[in-house]
Amino acid sequence: MTFRIGVVTFPGSLDERDAQRAIRLAGAEAVELWHGEHDLKGVDAIVLPGGFSYGDYLRAGAIAAVSPIMSEVIDAAGTGMPVLGICNGFQMLVEAHLLPGGLIRNAHQQFIRRDQGLRVENADTAWTNEFATGDEIIIPLKNGDGGYIADAETLKRVEGEGRVAFRYTGLNPNGSLNDIAGLTNERGNVVGLMPHPEHAVEAGFGPDTEVAMRSGVDGLRFFTSALRALAAV
Amino acid sequence: MPTIVVDVMPKAELLDPQGKAVTGALNRLSSSRESGSGISEVRIGKRFELTVEGPVTEELRERVREIAADILSNSVIEDVVNIDFGDDAS
Repeated sequence: MTFRIGVVTFPGSLDERDAQRAIRLAGAEAVELWHGEHDLKGVDAIVLPGGFSYGDYLRAGAIAAVSPIMSEVIDAAGTGMPVLGICNGFQMLVEAHLLPGGLIRNAHQQFIRRDQGLRVENADTAWTNEFATGDEIIIPLKNGDGGYIADAETLKRVEGEGRVAFRYTGLNPNGSLNDIAGLTNERGNVVGLMPHPEHAVEAGFGPDTEVAMRSGVDGLRFFTSALRALAAV
Repeated sequence: MPTIVVDVMPKAELLDPQGKAVTGALNRLSSSRESGSGISEVRIGKRFELTVEGPVTEELRERVREIAADILSNSVIEDVVNIDFGDDAS
């Protein structure tokens, strides 16, 4: 069967079509979902895409996190449905308390866009099971508010429970504590990260790699991981 | 109509990148002065003014406290440092 993965569009979302494309390239059906409705349209998994929902007013992701569809997203996450939050979507997941900690302005105050090295720290989630722990991948990063912070106790718990999904390699791009780029929840079905896997899914349109310009497709495995997780249920 | 003011600040122990940038700018502006700017740190927070229609009842106060804690601030990164209900009982 073909799995259906929903992508929620919020006012100010930017990358919902890229996420839909990534889902199709992975072999699933992409379903458009709308922030103002209480309807998940029977999808099997959900992507909260990048962008600047509500202009980052109040705090990045904060207003989107209380939008109508988020009550359904939170319920679905609670039942084990795979949910991926990318960049602004990650910010929504922490604002909705589905993931611990917070994201603040990059420590150097600058917006940053670069092809970013990541190390997979947890390959046992719904969105990372096609990687091996320790794999090094390249995914585009582009954000202004990507600094991950948490209090000492939360940070200790996140590290101790293996909930760091990805860490930045090389120079820390935004001041994130412990180089944290992405997290998962206790169950492993919810994953959020600042870099953009949906921009690394097709040769010719991805990040530069050592092999060739724009050849990086490491992001595709996020989406094929979700399909594998769904097939295993 | 009464106005309720909610003040939110980034947590003291966490980096405030905006405040840090302003501190740097103040120091640059006054670098020609011998005494410097005289300001060692700037932290930037938020002020919310909530206009309410009716009287500020105890029920409303409680609702505003909840809104301040749940929506206007994120307790992971910020503190609600003051809520001014416009009277002495705040």
